[in-house]
Formats: sequence, C-alpha cells, structure tokens
Amino acid sequence: MQNFSVVSSFPLKPACTFTIPKYIVKFPPLRLCSRLHTSSLTSSTMDPSPLTIDTINPKVLKCEYAVRGEVVTIAQRLQQELKDNPGSHPFEEILYCNIGNPQSLGQHPITFFREVLALCDHPFLLDKSEISCLFSADSIRRAQKILGLIPGKATGAYSHSQGIKGLREAIAAGIEARDGFPSNPDDIFLTDGASPGVHMMMRLLIRSESDGLLCPIPQYPLYSASIALHGGTLVPYYLNEATGWGLDISELKKQLHAARSNGMSVRALVVINPGNPTGQVLTEENQKQIVEFCKKEGLIILADEVYQANVYVPEKQFHSFKKVARSMGYGEKEISIVSFHSVSKGFYGECGKRGGYYEVTGFSADIRAQIYKLASVNLCSNIAGQILASLIMNPPKAGDDSYESYLAERDGILSSLARRAKTLEDAFNSLEGVTCNKAEGAMYLFPQIYLPEKAIKAAAAAKTAPDAFYCKRLLNATGIVVVPGTGFGQVPGTWHFRCTVLPQEEKIPAVVSRLSEFHEDFMNQFRD
Amino acid sequence: MSSKALDYESLNENVKKVQYAVRGELYLRASELEKEGKKIIFTNVGNPHALGQKPLTFPRQVVALCQAPFLLDDSNVSLLFPADAIARAKHYLSYTSGGLGAYSDSRGLLEIRKEVADFIGRRDGYPSDPELIYLTDGASKGVMQLLNAIIRGQGDGILVPVPQYPLYSAAIALFGGSFVPYYLEETANWGLSAADLGQSVAQARAKGITVRAMVIINPGNPTGQCLSEANLRDILQFCYQENLVLLGDEVYQQNIYQDERPFISAKKVLMDMGGPISRELQLVSFHTVSKGYWGECGQRGGYFEMTNIPSRSVEEIYKVASISLSPNVPAQIFMGLMVNPPKPGDISYDQFVRESKGILESLRRRARIMTDGFNSCMNVVCNFTEGAMYSFPQIRLPPRAIEDAKKAGKAADVFYCLKLLEATGISTVPGSGFGQKEGVFHLRTTILPAEEDMLEIMESFKKFNNEFMEQYEDHPGYPRM
Repeated sequence: MQNFSVVSSFPLKPACTFTIPKYIVKFPPLRLCSRLHTSSLTSSTMDPSPLTIDTINPKVLKCEYAVRGEVVTIAQRLQQELKDNPGSHPFEEILYCNIGNPQSLGQHPITFFREVLALCDHPFLLDKSEISCLFSADSIRRAQKILGLIPGKATGAYSHSQGIKGLREAIAAGIEARDGFPSNPDDIFLTDGASPGVHMMMRLLIRSESDGLLCPIPQYPLYSASIALHGGTLVPYYLNEATGWGLDISELKKQLHAARSNGMSVRALVVINPGNPTGQVLTEENQKQIVEFCKKEGLIILADEVYQANVYVPEKQFHSFKKVARSMGYGEKEISIVSFHSVSKGFYGECGKRGGYYEVTGFSADIRAQIYKLASVNLCSNIAGQILASLIMNPPKAGDDSYESYLAERDGILSSLARRAKTLEDAFNSLEGVTCNKAEGAMYLFPQIYLPEKAIKAAAAAKTAPDAFYCKRLLNATGIVVVPGTGFGQVPGTWHFRCTVLPQEEKIPAVVSRLSEFHEDFMNQFRD
Repeated sequence: MSSKALDYESLNENVKKVQYAVRGELYLRASELEKEGKKIIFTNVGNPHALGQKPLTFPRQVVALCQAPFLLDDSNVSLLFPADAIARAKHYLSYTSGGLGAYSDSRGLLEIRKEVADFIGRRDGYPSDPELIYLTDGASKGVMQLLNAIIRGQGDGILVPVPQYPLYSAAIALFGGSFVPYYLEETANWGLSAADLGQSVAQARAKGITVRAMVIINPGNPTGQCLSEANLRDILQFCYQENLVLLGDEVYQQNIYQDERPFISAKKVLMDMGGPISRELQLVSFHTVSKGYWGECGQRGGYFEMTNIPSRSVEEIYKVASISLSPNVPAQIFMGLMVNPPKPGDISYDQFVRESKGILESLRRRARIMTDGFNSCMNVVCNFTEGAMYSFPQIRLPPRAIEDAKKAGKAADVFYCLKLLEATGISTVPGSGFGQKEGVFHLRTTILPAEEDMLEIMESFKKFNNEFMEQYEDHPGYPRM
C-alpha cells in the first residue's frame, strides 16, 4: 500500500520557528488587536480587487463550454419574456434541443430504478407491509440487498472513496457480462457523473502546455474545456464527415506526428463511442486499429462510452474498448485504458442524479494510489448516484417481477429515440444546403449547413460566428435552441449545429415544420 | 511498448504534492485491519451516519417521494407518508422541469436557491441574492471551484489557518498555488493572533508571493473554536486592508456546544460594519448538508454564496460550473429542506424538532465527555470542542517514543495513532495531517461515536495511553502537562 508521506510539521513553516512555551499562560478568550497598522506591513503592488476579470485564473478565462453558452443564455431570457408577456414572440415555448437532458423533455424514468432508489432513501418503508401495494417485489428485494452492502445501511454516510465495494462488485459483474472479460471492482471509481472522472484524468496527465491530448473534432466540449482548464493542449484529429464521421487511422497518425514534431508530448487519445455530437458507432475493425495504434504509440485510451446503450441501427453494435483490446490478447501490460460511463444517457436518462464511474486498467500501483488519493479529497460521490450506477449495469433479468415492464419501458424509449433520430435526420436532409449524417447512436444530430456569402457577411457584421448567427436567428424565429458547431469544432469553413433528438415524439412534426419554415425564410433572405 | 504513457515520473507534479490525511495512512491501515476482522471505530472523518446517527425522518420522506413520483398518484401513499411530506415533495417536483432525473440550472434550481437566500436573510437580517448562490455537489466542490478561479500559479498564496481541514492544503497543491499558514494559538483556545496574521502575510510577500485570499473555518475544524463577533470584524478589516478574498467555511454553523459564542456569519458581521467595506470586501461563504444535525454526507449537497464579487468574475465562475452541467438534484432538495425545515403547526414539526434537538444535545454532551476524558490524562491537554464535530487533543510524547517513531520512519503522532489503532481499533487522524507547531503533537478524533459507547471508548483510549506512557516514559509518575 502506498505510504503517504506525512510530515510532522507543516510543509510551509514560517521562517521563525515557534518554540513551545515552558509554561502555560492562560489567556482570556483572545480578541484580535483592534487596529492593524498597515504601514508596518510590506505592501507589494496590490491588485485593485482580489477577484476580478484581470486577476482570475487565466485558464478559467480560456475554457469554453458552448452547451450552456451564449445561445442558451438568450433562450433563457426569451423564456422569461414569454412568461412575463405571453405572445411577445412568434412561438409559444422554448424548446431546448441543446443538451442531452431527456427527462427535462418528458422522458419518463425507469420505474424499477426509482422504486429501488426511493426505498434506499427511506429504508423505514421496508418494514412496512403496505409497501407491497406500492412497490414491486423485486425492487423491495433489490433495495434490501443494496442496503445490506452499505455499512450500517447508512445511505447518508460518506462511503469508501471509490464507491461502495458491493456496488462496484455489481458493476464489475455487469461489465464482465457485457464484455465477456473479467472486471476488477478495485479498478472502478464511482463519480458524480462521468465528467469528474474526465477532469481527474486531465489533472493526472497534464503537466504543462507541452502535454497534448488527441481529441476528435467534432468533440463534446467537456474535453476542450477540461484540457484548457488544466493547462494542456488539445491535439485535434478530424472525423471524416463524408464517410459518416469515420475515424481514419491515417488522420490519427498525421496529427500525432505533427504534434510530436512540434515538441509536444502526446499522452492519450480521447475517443467518444458512440460519438457526441456526431452519433457514429465505431466498427469493431476500426476499434482494433485504434487499439493497435495506441499500443504502438504508447497512448492511453480515454474511452467515453456514456452512450453505449444508445445504438439505433441493427448493423452496428457497441463494443467497449476494453473488450476489443482483451479480444486482441492485450492485457494490462500492453495497454492502458480508462473507460467512462454514466447514468445520464442510455434509456435511463438520469442526468440530475449525477451518477457515473470510470474503470482504470493498465496503470501501475503507484498511479492507482494517486488516483485514489485525489478521489479521497472529495471523500466520495453521492450514494444515490452510486446505487443507480449499479442498477444500470445490473438491471432486472428474465424471471424477475419487473422484467417485463422494464423491457417495455426500455424498448419503448429506445425505439422512440431511433424513430426521432430518423425523422429529424430526414428533415434536415430535406432542407436546402443541409446535409445530415445518420445518428447511429447517442442522442444528437449534427447537420452541416451551407451558409451563403451574404449570411457570412451579416454574421461578421453582427460580430458573431456564422453558425451562431444561424442558431440565434433560429431561436428568435422558432424558440428552438441548438448549439452552434463552433462549440464542438469542425473543419474550418464548414458550419454545423448540434440538435438533440429528445423532444417528445408528438412535438417532432411541429419542430420539423417550424424549422423548415425558418430555414426557407433564412435562405430566401441570404441566398447567393 | 517500451515505456508506459503514464508512469510515476510523468505524473502531474501537483498531484504528487497533494496530501489528504483524513483518508490517508491511518484510514488505509484501519480498513486493512477491518478486513482482517478487527472491530474498528472510525473517528477519522465527520461522518455521523456511519456511527449510528439516524437520518432525520422528514427529509428522507420528501426525497423518497420525489424519487418515485408514481407514489404521489397512489391513494395508499397517505398510509406511509405524512401530508406535509407529500405536499413538500409535490412542491419540489414542480420546481423541476422533469423531476429528479433532469439536469437543473448549473447553479441549482432557482426555487431552492431562493429558499437558501431566505434562510440567509432570516439568519443574518440582511437580504441575500439567489443569483449569487450556487448549489454544489458538497461544499468541497465549491471550495475547489473558487480556489481554482483565484490561483493563477505558484505566485498566488492563500492564507489558511493551521491546524486546518486539509481540503485547503490539498486544493492549493493541486492548483499549483502557495500555502500561506497563519497559526492558531492553542493556549488561547485556538485564537487568531493578529500579529501572526500580519507576519504570515509579510513573510509571504517577502518571498514574492501575492496573497490573494484568506480562509477561515468557523466553527473550526479540527480545532472546534467559535469566532467571536470581534474576531470576525478584525478578520474582515484585515482582509479589506490587505486586499484579500475572504473564504468563509461555515459548514459547522449548526454545531455549537456552548452559549458564550453563538454562530455569527462572516456576512452578517460584514453587513453590520456598513460603509465601503460592506460594499467592497469580497467574501464567499460555504455551507453543506453533511454536518450540523443533518449529517447527510452521502448526499453531497452544499452551496456557496458570493458577496461583492464582480459580475464578470461571477460569469466565469458560472461558466466553469456549467461544464459539470448541474449539481445533483436530490441533494438540492435536501438543502432546500435544511434551510426551510418544518415549521410550528406542520404535522412533522414535533418529530423534526425532537430528532434535531436530540442529536444536538447529545453532541453537546459527547463534546464534554470527550474533552474531559482527554484532559484527565496526564500527558494530554484538550481544548473544549466549542463547535464542529472534532476533538483535537495535544499529546505529549516522550523522547524515546519520538525516537522509536523516527526509527520506524514515521512522524511521532502517526506512530502514536497507529499504535492506538492496533491496540484499541480507534481510527483517528494524526495532527500532522492538519498542521501543528514543530514538536507539538495532536490527533483528531470525532465526537460522533454513539453516546452509549463514549465512556468505553475513552476508557479504551486511557488504557492504551497509560500503557504507551509506561513503556516510553523515563520517569514513572510523569508530571502533568
């Protein structure tokens, strides 16, 4: 076990050492001297005010996160205006298609999961016979089982910093059942959503601007923001829009070698599968190439797999990177992989719970100890989120009381998502100058829009990026909120926006017609 | 592959510098022993429910109903839940767009921030702006967000009390800043020394460090002292003069065990002072659902309130918060319930008061039992736990013990605490984890073990301590400290 060095006196001692008094002098409760003499203190150049835009950490200034950025701020304002003054805009409501937040747009949670969580929140219920009228029998049993895994059944206590052991065991079992390869509960770190795990890895890997992380373009801007926040450099690799957002190894090689020849130390490869915002599901062949590449180049794979339960096309399947690597015969000595998962997506969509985990394999014991140490500073992630993570990896099985209803809920949501993805994809493709790749998975569409020269000039005049210009116009005309492609990255000179497939199915026709109408008006105004 | 992409040498140096003793060596050893079957009493962390404190009933009822809203549609629900819990659950669900499973505003649900603002207004007598209140996944995340915004590099120093809760030293190390200690005076009930504050700042500046902020922990952790109004005025004045942001860690504000110094918030004192300072001194105040008599550590619920922070800085802080999308919604509801608990006349009021009072009064008694127990040992001096959840006795260790510790490659207090653990199962945190004067040793324990176990635990400690002193003391019948 790592022996943390503990110092007997504090690291930053003042220059003069304090001597222990030879006698105890009992002071009355101490009051500070009533006046401090500023003249007796050395004053270096004093900042005008300690926390201003000029003195804030520049890395904070540098990072950006468009998913809740400018367009969304405008939307919130419009929403308030609608509330205060109905009829003040040409639409009745704001439709937030900017963020993968399914339950905010009417998706229902999975009943079984909520039953278990409610019972764990208020275990007093488990002693009551009345609950059999209100809760399914297997949810009662599962809650009892989970509480049995928690010391003292205390869901209000800080747990082990990696998360409750029994829950990690359940997750490891779920991973093994999914992949066919073993998973070690001690490799798993439960976190408040997947995002803290990503921040953790950036913290470990980034020493300076010379440390680079290969990231897909377009990417989910958590990566660019986190890299900026931690003072590293994002090394882009472009996904190929023409081939359904394909990931070409030649592109990876090119970008890696360019970065290295610039003196950069490239440490890891971020891969989002299924993709966000792009929605592609990698083929197994492609994944093998990526594994081979990372192994050869000594790169850690940071595998964002939060959309693993969102695959809409029969010809594709989710394979975890760990599974692919193991199937190639590569174990912990050959390759380092960090896999991220979350309770926010899939068909459970439990964003507000902040539940997730990352699984670290292929790291030495002393690195693992450092990861544990960082996790311990925050003590632990929220317990309900931990329970939920164990539930999604270990859902009702055939024969369980809730199985049928669970399946119905799950398949209902997934098939609806697939339908909505197709409907919106077709709708975008029918617009003048717009092409949209299929969403094979995840929750988004990322259409490319051709913006005429006049529009680009108008955007410049409005001091806004052309895609942001389009998105703001769209918002003001229709109330639909999407995120400009600039927020995710795109090949320079191309313009996109990201739109979720999440509005309720009954609203989709209205979304399509409003959008089409707006687009036609826009093109009429700005057409070359 | 010749070398791994991530080995110890190529790890971010700042990560290596981080230390967090609360779950460090002692805790890991205790966990090992527990696995081997030894009964361990975990007093290393302020984790009340882990030591048998029961959750308050009302909030658990409300959150359970919010988790499973289908219950609210069922006529049987009133058999199991009181009407006011049902009403509150409906209320909170109406604040969300989509229930507990949707990301909220990145600052937290507006209605709950309003509840927090109202609470602050009632507590302090001054209005509070919900737009300047950010709910976070525990207070620690809020502290880290603020320190990350403040610290630009090694040239930026943060004044932190010693002894301190090591989140501060850990975060400063992680963000590459400089830790600027100011020593609390143990013989003066852990009081602040004005001279020392000034001296700490002067020394830091002489080294070229720009001191940016000052942390106060009130009530103190691990020290337990409660700051007086005069103390707070002087601190605020000092920060104003020296151009520092004041970070007020007030997570233990509900845990007060004496009547001479009730809790007063830094904000209240600031507002009372009036004039330019009340409009200009930058203050961030932190609170949590983890402590007090709630003890809901596992929910990870907290908030920070910003005072006099310029709007552009607030925007940047918002931006960073938005990257993590939103704090967890159930904990937001716990926070709302904490600041807006059942009122007289509510169905659940009596039970709520009974449960809360029971916990607080017991904590007060346990604070006394523990302090007195420690002070009854010849080589131990312990300031009374005026507030918070900890006891931080000073333990005089004989020179031979210190030598043995050195031989074992350990700091003397770590050595002592490990032996205490092995002998009694009591898992504490050595004082070096919090900082202490050179050559002075402490340990931190919590006052949280169940009241009925307290006397036995203190006896167990005394027995071990006596044996330890017998073993190492040169002159039997050692003099009292």
